[in-house]
Amino acid sequence: MDHSAERTLSTYLTGFVLAVVLTAIPFALVWGGLLTGPAVYYVIAVAAVLQVVVHLVFFLHLNLRSTPAENLFFLGFAAVLIFIMVGGSLWIMMDLHHRMM
Amino acid sequence: MLGRLTIEAIPLYSWVAMGGAAVTVCGGLAVFLLITYLRAWKVLWTDWLTSVDHKKIGIMYVVLALVMLVRGFVDALMMRAQQAIALNSEGYLPPEHFEQIFSSHGTIMIFFVAMPFLTGLINIIVPQQIGARDVAFPFLNSVSLWLTAAGAGLVLVSLVVGKFSTAGWTGYPPYSGVEFSPGVGVDYWLWALIVSGVGSTASGINFIVTIVKNRCPGMTYMRMPLFTWTALCISVLIAFAFPALTVVAAQLTLDRTLGFHFFTNGDGGNMMLFANLIWIWGHPEVYILILPAFGIFSEVVATFSRKRLFGYKSLVYATACIAILSFTVWLHHFFTMGSSANVNAVFGIATMIIAVPTGVKIFDWMFTMYRGRIEFHPSMVYTIGFMVTFVIGGVTGVLLALPPADYLMHNSTFLVAHFHNMLIPGALFGYFAGLNYWFPKAFGFKLDAKWGIRSFWFWFIGFYLAFMPLYVLGFMGMSRRMEHYADPNWQPYLIVAALGALCILCGIICIAVQLYVSAKNWGSARDVTGDPWNGRTLDWATSSPPAPYNFAVLPEVRDVDAFHDMKIHGTAYRPPAHYEDIVMPRKSGLGPIIGAVAFVLGFAFVWYIWWLVALSLVLILICIGIRACDDDTDFVMPAAEVARIEAAHLAQITPVDMHDMRDFEPRGAASGTPLAGRA
Amino acid sequence: MSDTAMNEDLLEHEERKSLESREFGFWVYLMTDAIIFALLFASYVVLSKNSAAGPTSKDVFDLSHTAGETALLLFSSLTFGLATIAMSLGRSGRVVQWLIVTLVLGLGFLAMEMIEFSGMIGQGAGPETSGFLSAFFTLVGTHGLHVAFGVIGICVMIGQVLAKGLTIPVRSRLFRLGLFWHFLDIVWIGIFSVVYLPGVM
Repeated sequence: MDHSAERTLSTYLTGFVLAVVLTAIPFALVWGGLLTGPAVYYVIAVAAVLQVVVHLVFFLHLNLRSTPAENLFFLGFAAVLIFIMVGGSLWIMMDLHHRMM
Repeated sequence: MLGRLTIEAIPLYSWVAMGGAAVTVCGGLAVFLLITYLRAWKVLWTDWLTSVDHKKIGIMYVVLALVMLVRGFVDALMMRAQQAIALNSEGYLPPEHFEQIFSSHGTIMIFFVAMPFLTGLINIIVPQQIGARDVAFPFLNSVSLWLTAAGAGLVLVSLVVGKFSTAGWTGYPPYSGVEFSPGVGVDYWLWALIVSGVGSTASGINFIVTIVKNRCPGMTYMRMPLFTWTALCISVLIAFAFPALTVVAAQLTLDRTLGFHFFTNGDGGNMMLFANLIWIWGHPEVYILILPAFGIFSEVVATFSRKRLFGYKSLVYATACIAILSFTVWLHHFFTMGSSANVNAVFGIATMIIAVPTGVKIFDWMFTMYRGRIEFHPSMVYTIGFMVTFVIGGVTGVLLALPPADYLMHNSTFLVAHFHNMLIPGALFGYFAGLNYWFPKAFGFKLDAKWGIRSFWFWFIGFYLAFMPLYVLGFMGMSRRMEHYADPNWQPYLIVAALGALCILCGIICIAVQLYVSAKNWGSARDVTGDPWNGRTLDWATSSPPAPYNFAVLPEVRDVDAFHDMKIHGTAYRPPAHYEDIVMPRKSGLGPIIGAVAFVLGFAFVWYIWWLVALSLVLILICIGIRACDDDTDFVMPAAEVARIEAAHLAQITPVDMHDMRDFEPRGAASGTPLAGRA
Repeated sequence: MSDTAMNEDLLEHEERKSLESREFGFWVYLMTDAIIFALLFASYVVLSKNSAAGPTSKDVFDLSHTAGETALLLFSSLTFGLATIAMSLGRSGRVVQWLIVTLVLGLGFLAMEMIEFSGMIGQGAGPETSGFLSAFFTLVGTHGLHVAFGVIGICVMIGQVLAKGLTIPVRSRLFRLGLFWHFLDIVWIGIFSVVYLPGVM
């Protein structure tokens, strides 16, 4: 397996530290009540997306050059479909919800 | 001990239901006795059931599909008969039985006819078209087959033990919830879907990997035959859409079995969510059924017009477009749910856009035929019949895509006519074309063309007789799924529709006769070259039936029409300098065993036999464990053995059997043959 | 070279090819699993306010408990990574040690989840109480079930490393199990961001 060459300890540790920070921020905000209103949701969302990227890059070793193109294609395709399915479902159901109020 | 399974599960409530149960039991018994009489159990087990060869698995899928087609069609005949006579009377079917019949008809035709038929054809053909020796995961392939068979088994058993769902093939709650459907019917439906759905998902993943990883040298994506392209697209659709079915079926099961509140009336359930989730799967599913048929039509039309496929690239892009767009239109199945105008408009427009790539395809096929030397082989006749009929269905589809019009037509027989108009010509005619086209590849002899043409005409005319009246009835205001009615104006149309169903029955009988006649005269219709139709793609480069390894030496591809190119350049049928050893997957009994246990698992869940549920789950885990720890799943076929098989095949081929390729020599751009130097 | 040796070579070549396919196939499987979770998330968001007569999310969620679970999973991702590094160095003893640490962390996570679930059911907030709780238990429970399968997988792989050593198929299986384990951690990011954090606000 040549997946191993670049898996150095430092990648994992960097990823781990970044993940801890990105987890700590939203937890601290909610716990400490530092922010209120919709801003909290934005911070949570941004931190979550960033952390997913951190996991993909540092733990799953995703890399635009070394990862096979078909793996990246299917990841991208899944991301688009999740966006369509979840976004579409929420749009449809929330719209319905408002009309039934 | 037996959960809620008691003697009352035997359907004594109506003589028709008893008859169905009796036919099912007798049919099963007859097959059992026939196999025993022929002493074929051992051969069946070692050569077929445990086989991991993609060609044999494919054949078993198609057999399953044909058997279930008969069962699903009997349902259709019964519904047509009931509606033809049920004016101001009860007809011969009690309402609850009628409801079971339309539910099982839809479930069977989608999940256990169309799905196994297309999966079977893909199994037999795709590895050969891409120059591969097998699929990426032969054992997983066998598991998929047996899970599908287990699902079909659950539907069949529901005829004899208990009842089937009365909630239609989409099973909308709250009616399908435990409050209004407390019996086992909906559970049978759910477990048949879950078990076969897992199998389908595995097949989808299997064919994605096969097509991405196992292509032979030179087979770039843009040289893949169109059927392989459609197979790749629908494998992606299966892999990404079936999870939605799994989720929604699991949620409804939790509601029914453990008292959850996903879709219930009270306690915070939301039944609209069910419609949303099932159609996230349901719409891509429509294209899963239709796209492979489009692939078959593309192969057939090029072969029997003796021309290169017109607009290969546009067909590929159109297929990919349809595949992606199919994920963006699901709301059009429930426009009337009450979304705001903006939501309905967006999904309506997205729906209409799909007509564009589909139209591109129709034009491509017509231009392929233009100035071609058309041969009216049954598969070609099915293709032409499809093109004419499918366009009508497409037009009614665009009509339904307009939300205001949909409000009028929703849930009427107009809708029933529309989707049958898509699925019978669009999917089934394609599979029949594929059956006629590829039968010699699978069995080594050709199907009788005369009976093929007869079956086509019966199907074609029967289709129009059965479904055009339903369009009219939809405009007259008839709802779908009516057990009886009071409007005498409807009856003449329903009688015509019933006659159409009888006509289709003749079509099915013709197919049976065709199979019988062809098998009887197989010696005179043998296919010695492996290329009976002067085909263009690599699947015709193997012998018929192909050797277990398909290709003794992996071919080198230089053109879209790879085999056509080899024949023109004289490189076909040439033995290589030497043969090499070939690694083959070992057969495995675990596939059918996992299938059988999955059937028991589903049955036990349906009847709440919890100890059996636990036992089957443990057994499945043990099977997976045994397989996971097995590092010795392959064997080597020695080069000498390969050389012997190949020599025997090549010795049969005399120059007389080969097709005359002189007409195909390049004569310039208009000839439809590849230009020189396009390697 | 003898015939059997040649066969071994051929088999090994085929095996490498098939392992490559398996790794890609497993990747596609993870994507399909991601769709399952995505739809469970969508269902949860749609139903999250439908607590009917039952308790709301504020009544039943305990953020410190969630933080503990998050920490366990995140640490286990790191320790699995360390096992992968040990594998690339060919040190099977180290691999087993780190896998055992991962196993303990995974079991700890499962134990915390059990405590949470049984506590909720004990105070009358079981899945049959309301649409919100049905969706919650299904989403978080499906993730937990995946973790349980991962834990079984780790046990099996510890056994395989001890019994067979770091052979090519064993390495490939370990690699795939690693993908699975990291994937579950990614799903968990979604769970605390969509379920727990907004739930207590």
